[in-house]
Amino acid sequence: MYFSKEMQEASLKLTRKWEDEVQKSLKNNPDQKERFSTVSDEEIKRLYTPEDIQDMNFAEDIGAPGEFPYLRGNQVTGYRGRYWTFRMFSGMGSAHDTNQRWKMLLREGQTGLSTAFDFPTLMGYDSDSPKALGEVGKCGVAIDTLEDFLVLMEGIPLAEVTTSMTINPPATVLWAMYCAAADIKGVPLSRIGGTIQNDMLKEFIAQKTFMCPPEPSVKLISDTVEFGTKYVQRWNTISISGYHIREAGATAVQELAFTIRDGIEYVEDVVRRKQMNVDDFAPRLSFFFNSHIDFFEEICKLRAARRIWAKIMRDRFQAKNPRSMWLRFHTQTAGCSLAAQQPYNNVVRTTVEALAAVLGGTQSLHTNSLDEVFCLPSEHAAEIALRTQQILAEETGVASTIDPLAGSYFIESLTNKIEEETWDYINKIDAMGGMIAAIDKGFPQMEIAESAYKFQAQLEKGDKIMVGVNKYLSNQQYPIPLVEIEEKVGEEQIKRLQEVRRKRDGKSVKTSLDNIRSACKKGDNVMPHCIDAVKNLATLQEICDVYREVYGEYRDPGLY
Amino acid sequence: MPERKIRVMVAKPGLDGHDRGARILARCFRDAGFEVVYTGCHQTPEQIAASAIQEDVDAVGLSCLSGAHRVLFPRVVELLREKGAEDIAVIGGGIIPEQDFSTLYESGIKAIFTPGASLDSIVEWIKTNIKPH
Repeated sequence: MYFSKEMQEASLKLTRKWEDEVQKSLKNNPDQKERFSTVSDEEIKRLYTPEDIQDMNFAEDIGAPGEFPYLRGNQVTGYRGRYWTFRMFSGMGSAHDTNQRWKMLLREGQTGLSTAFDFPTLMGYDSDSPKALGEVGKCGVAIDTLEDFLVLMEGIPLAEVTTSMTINPPATVLWAMYCAAADIKGVPLSRIGGTIQNDMLKEFIAQKTFMCPPEPSVKLISDTVEFGTKYVQRWNTISISGYHIREAGATAVQELAFTIRDGIEYVEDVVRRKQMNVDDFAPRLSFFFNSHIDFFEEICKLRAARRIWAKIMRDRFQAKNPRSMWLRFHTQTAGCSLAAQQPYNNVVRTTVEALAAVLGGTQSLHTNSLDEVFCLPSEHAAEIALRTQQILAEETGVASTIDPLAGSYFIESLTNKIEEETWDYINKIDAMGGMIAAIDKGFPQMEIAESAYKFQAQLEKGDKIMVGVNKYLSNQQYPIPLVEIEEKVGEEQIKRLQEVRRKRDGKSVKTSLDNIRSACKKGDNVMPHCIDAVKNLATLQEICDVYREVYGEYRDPGLY
Repeated sequence: MPERKIRVMVAKPGLDGHDRGARILARCFRDAGFEVVYTGCHQTPEQIAASAIQEDVDAVGLSCLSGAHRVLFPRVVELLREKGAEDIAVIGGGIIPEQDFSTLYESGIKAIFTPGASLDSIVEWIKTNIKPH
């Protein structure tokens, strides 16, 4: 970085003098602890000075917003033209219940939808499967057929609102339902917009919602990328996610490194399998990060993420389109940072985390509700969480200027350090033969297990503090209202599903499932066949069973 | 004859993949000197009961964060009883609201640990209440 000679000399001199003062002061006023570190255990120095960033090259390493390496953001105008999307993840009980919650959130100023499905839907089982016992509608909305999906979308303007769907192994099926719903409502596919999470590698690494083995799972993802590029151009067909990796206990660097390395794996697969040009599809790749409680570390992680991805797209994949180099991402505040004890404090935690996401330049944000450690958010808790974003955007002034922390000795230095450590991991995984090979070895899984255990040990020893959990405990209880999903939601859902099975045309269901089977076997794109199948009212599980039959099932190796 | 170590199975019933707690506990039990079996995610109650018997464990620790504990935990106890293995103690943890405690205890769950329970307190409970058979 450019500093004048006078400034360098003055800085060195003043820093040496300050160091002497510190030594004197420590004799009478020792530090509260020997070592200061982030929540990821990254060591933090007492002071950062110009020396920490003197090797940086302004044009190459920092640059301007909207310019390579996009450290300062993809958008030339920052948040001035448009705030990030306020996108609250929600889903509960039946399709009708969720539709009602969505309409409430849109009325209150939410600008995008985000769907939480229940576990049977996430895993590709119908509500009446023995595997779904006790789970229907519990952690999200239950969707078995297109009929449920149409209820979910009732009154939602598909050409105007973008919808994110957190769905992974059955992503092709739920996306097919969205496309079919658009078709029925007369909205062309080229006009619908949204995101399917559709990132299977992080499922094997962290979230554990899997169905088929990694290799065919990635094939299905490449099918969606190809189909989206041709017909649904406004759709983000993958949201390459670090969120769950972090929640499983990873450090900030591990979150970043494993996510970016997953992204590399997907790009390689599409280029190889579909013979597509990287610039044709890379602009629609999107990312999803966690914003944890360690404020500066998170800001630096998000800034570093943009710079690393830009370099990868330019240098590794020879992308030419600047939009291919943009790392566009959604952020969610950290569920794992919240505490069940003294739950109102969670509002404060979420606010700090949301602020970090904004200062890190997120394009979209979900803020957790204070009750999310217990259950799905109540309407009131979800509203407070949404208001948190609105206050940050419209009251605090933090969105007025672009990347306001750039140039800070500390911020730039920590951003660089996170980037370096991320490259180390990426290189290591490259040397293993890529992410699928690394997953087969259990490498990312065990790295995360190690970090999670280390943090827990630090917490138990009191080296890391969580207020209300291991310090400032209180016996005073201020109970909060909890949302409970009744067992009858499941019973009613099963009734609806059985009704659909009775009335549909069994022959066309069978034909469309046969077509999916044959596409899987031949290596053809399954998407057009999935859309036909859901229109014929094939159930989610019927389609997923075809995948299981052709590709086999993946089982948790149970590493710890 | 050397004293037999306590054998504990950590199991994840249901479909949720929130295994951070389960995996930390498996490590912690190993460090505490127990013999540990970890099932991995997505186990049915039938699979859990069968492996508990086959692995000849002294206790089963169930972890569930999806809300399905109300149905799944009692089912594991019931299946163990049906197979004559009621001497295997079943304990549970995860996101479990207090109002569910009494039903779970009545169904035969021996202890419940919720967010904030220290690893030490769980290990202590097992050392005090579980005798290797």
